Amino acid sequence: MILQILLTFSILSLVAIGGANAVLPEMHRQLVELHGWLDDATFSQLYALAQAAPGPNILVASVMGWRIAGAGGMAAATFGMLVPAAILAWYVAGLMHRLRGAPWLKPAQGGLVPVAIGLILAAGITMAEASHSHGVMPLVVVAVSTLFVWRTNYSPLWVLAGGGALGAIFLG
Amino acid sequence: MPEAPPPATIIPGPAELFAGYLKIGLFGFGGVAAWARRVIVEERHWLTERDYAEVLGLGQVLPGPNVGNAAVMIGRRFHGLSGALLATAGLYCAPFVILVLLCLFYDRYGQLPAVAPVMAGIAAGAAGMVIGTAFKMAGKLKLRAEAVTILLLATLGAAWLGLPLPVIVLVLGPVSIALSLWRAGLIGATGAAR
Repeated sequence: MILQILLTFSILSLVAIGGANAVLPEMHRQLVELHGWLDDATFSQLYALAQAAPGPNILVASVMGWRIAGAGGMAAATFGMLVPAAILAWYVAGLMHRLRGAPWLKPAQGGLVPVAIGLILAAGITMAEASHSHGVMPLVVVAVSTLFVWRTNYSPLWVLAGGGALGAIFLG
Repeated sequence: MPEAPPPATIIPGPAELFAGYLKIGLFGFGGVAAWARRVIVEERHWLTERDYAEVLGLGQVLPGPNVGNAAVMIGRRFHGLSGALLATAGLYCAPFVILVLLCLFYDRYGQLPAVAPVMAGIAAGAAGMVIGTAFKMAGKLKLRAEAVTILLLATLGAAWLGLPLPVIVLVLGPVSIALSLWRAGLIGATGAAR
């Protein structure tokens, strides 16, 4: 069982181009439809649970592993999800280092920059849309926070704290 | 606010590398990429804006979380294998511990702690932080018109059309690389004629 979890998440790790949100449909297919380890409702609940923690949301895998097989499942899912992709990144970094003198390398890498920034912007917009389900107040927070982070160099902690306080007052 | 002159980059020691990534993981609610840029570029000056954007771009097209891949590559650059391990451990350890606690709570009470309104407010702040970070990066990197077009197409595809991210990366990535090489004069007449 633990071995199967490790294997399943290792495969997910290597198809997760774009990170956790990109791999979620495939994760659902594997865990719910193929293996029957989780049902639909549990899968959604666990996803929400993972969102409540800070850090990279790829750790949604850890929560799923926990639910499937306890602490061992959590360890196997986390290891499987993180390690294969990290090893690949390690070797690609080495390759980049060896190619560093090549005149095409910097422009080629530069070509990936707008794609990465575009996807960050998209993630922010998706998060803003999700927060709109709580009414108009969150959108005001989104707008203020956007300007604050974009136009100043103060710590974003201020807008996170402010958003949390407003949420406690107006959404509670 | 006036732009300060860009400070020279600083090479972090192993402990600083771990501590920096610990902060990124701990504060990274919703938008860990925004916190990673904040800590690495603005607060600690490990990498320049462009350098960081390039590492992140590479991390984006590889499987796995972009920030996680970037942690491996940045850690390796500064301290080899131990650097990659320290950065990765720093990034994941705080969120992992918090998740374990949440799981224990959930197992015991069958529901999440009643912090939903606070979290909704924080999520709204985080959404703005992520959007603001994208604007800031695009502005500071002085992207050319074609790069801005690619950026907006990626946003459109992911946020409004709901296209799978691998499709966006596999279509726009090569096009964007080709445009960038053409700008650098590395693709000849065929590229310039387009």
